[in-house]
Amino acid sequence: MADSNWLMEFPSLSRDTLRLLQKSIDEGFREFSRAYGQSLEDFFEPLLRFMIWIEQLLLGAPWWLVIAVIAGLSYLASRNWKLTVGVIVSFVAIGIFGMWEDTMRTVSIITVCTLLAIVIGIPIGVMMARYNRAQQAIIPVLDVMQTMPSFVYLIPVVMLLGIGRVPGVIAVVIYAIPPVIRLTNLGIRLVDKDVLEAADAFGANFKQRLLGVQIPLAMPNIMAGVNQTIMMSLAMVVIASMIGVKGLGQPVLKAITNQYFSMGLFNGLAIVAIAIIFDRVSQAYGLRMQKHRGVGH
Amino acid sequence: MAKIEVENVYKIFGDNPEKALARAQAGEGKDSIHADTGHTVGLHDISLSMEESKTFVVMGLSGSGKSTLIRHLNRLIEPTAGRILVDGVDVLSLNESDLRQFRRTKMAMVFQRFGLMPHRTVIHNVAYGLEMQGVDKRIRQDKAAEWIETVGLAGYENSYPSQLSGGMQQRVGLARALCGDPEVLLMDEAFSALDPLIRSGMQDQLIELQEKLNKTIVFITHDLDEALKLGDKIAILKDGRLSQVGNPEDILLNPADDYVAAFVRDVNRARVLTVDVVMRPPRLRLTTENIDAALREMRGSVADYGYVFDGEKFRGIVTEENLMSAAKANGGGSVYDMANITDTVTADSVLEEALPTILQSDHPVAVVDDDGEFRGVISKQQLIRVLTEHREEESNTAA
Repeated sequence: MADSNWLMEFPSLSRDTLRLLQKSIDEGFREFSRAYGQSLEDFFEPLLRFMIWIEQLLLGAPWWLVIAVIAGLSYLASRNWKLTVGVIVSFVAIGIFGMWEDTMRTVSIITVCTLLAIVIGIPIGVMMARYNRAQQAIIPVLDVMQTMPSFVYLIPVVMLLGIGRVPGVIAVVIYAIPPVIRLTNLGIRLVDKDVLEAADAFGANFKQRLLGVQIPLAMPNIMAGVNQTIMMSLAMVVIASMIGVKGLGQPVLKAITNQYFSMGLFNGLAIVAIAIIFDRVSQAYGLRMQKHRGVGH
Repeated sequence: MAKIEVENVYKIFGDNPEKALARAQAGEGKDSIHADTGHTVGLHDISLSMEESKTFVVMGLSGSGKSTLIRHLNRLIEPTAGRILVDGVDVLSLNESDLRQFRRTKMAMVFQRFGLMPHRTVIHNVAYGLEMQGVDKRIRQDKAAEWIETVGLAGYENSYPSQLSGGMQQRVGLARALCGDPEVLLMDEAFSALDPLIRSGMQDQLIELQEKLNKTIVFITHDLDEALKLGDKIAILKDGRLSQVGNPEDILLNPADDYVAAFVRDVNRARVLTVDVVMRPPRLRLTTENIDAALREMRGSVADYGYVFDGEKFRGIVTEENLMSAAKANGGGSVYDMANITDTVTADSVLEEALPTILQSDHPVAVVDDDGEFRGVISKQQLIRVLTEHREEESNTAA
């Protein structure tokens, strides 16, 4: 590049250098995935089996039983008849419009993703609340996870594990886990110091403190995080359909590429219905758990 | 030996307490250390000894270090220097699991803002200490229910703390502390957040409980009236230093410095001082049954009345007038029969209660203890002197 030019044009690396850089990163990663892809797949094998098991369970069971169980669960969580009736009506409508199988696939993948996010996210949040260093290190990572366009990290996941359910779930969990981590951390940090001091004064050990005081008192916040996580994984499920995750996302994708407006609309509405159900039920559950706060002087 | 010994404890808050400690130990003041190093001296060379089964009150205004001090006893706060012995064991030498065991069994704490677990019902809050001790669930529920009844909350077992008033919540706090049967009860401004009426009710309840339980109680307060009402011994803290340690009468009648004197000035003495602090021995004890001998004895003294004793037994008061008319009448008879027991006051009643009796009587009133044993006498003049002493001082200094 000419010396006089660098003031006007940004002195970027030459095209060749850039290509070389990208090529070496890509090749390095390809090397890595070739070397470890198989063992990674083996590692995720139990997860895959678990997912297939849940999917088979939902698809294999008679539709009325599935609806009954889901309605029962939502009543147990919310103790609200109106909500339960809404759940039944929504699922019946989904079935009538021919989206039962896709919906079951989506519900199963959401279930798995949410469980994974909770199992991984809560311990991380607990650790962040306990160690300020951990918090300092993890918060930027969460920021990146939430702002990075989700298509970008679909690429390495696909390279490592190929197309299918497991990479889809991993992509969804990466996208959806930050709220549960953040709100667990926040919730535990907000627990009343007086109550913790009382627990200490009565000789509570680490486990008794955490499970007996901190987690229960942080529960409203943790549940808000779980709720957010569910909503985000529902949104991500559509995008993950691009890498072969079956469910309501695939017809939506098909509708976009073929401009089938009504098909897109129906499947979109089904996703909305599931989202509303999950949201209301998990929120009602969170509220019900803090009934001790509501009443009083 | 005392139950709890605090020996030369210093607590310095800041990043590098060792440096500030040296200066504090050299006797430098809190303010100059703070100005130079940014470190706060929380406690300055505190040594205390707390007797078993007594109530030890630590009194001071906010910032005096009293809440810091009580947290040293169960090591919620670690001292910068010094030793804390409980039953002769240095609390600071305990490792983590021993410390937990110590907190579970030896001490229980009642907090200013209750510190109840909002997600547990009353009965589960009260049983918390026993749960930490690993007591079987059924036993701890039974015990907790008993304590809930003792503090007067029967029927609220399954309520949540947020459903109770402040006074009731602190009863839960008290029951929780007592339920684990600790040897030492730490009460950190336990009643300060309560309304005055409720507070005084809780104080009475604590006194009543203490009569039965005989725990070692360490009570923190900023209220001198409360300190005087509850304390067997009182320590007064100012800016992390001890101003005075003594029993309530000491503090009230002989304040060690201006700071304590300023506190004491507004105390209603009639409500705090008990009769036995003010009483004196009688001017004249008559132990003879013979009227003439008694008369002779009385004429030999300045008094024109006497307190009649049959051996150790107090029989009553006779006046010179009575004796003379009896002697004139026949010369026989017994002084014992003549002596009439007028009103008496009990030794441990406060002056306010004894006031009407003392004022109505023509002579100093006999003081008896709970068993009816004679202890001394108390006169109007003594009463007035002790109740007005500090007022006079005040008007003198004002003039």
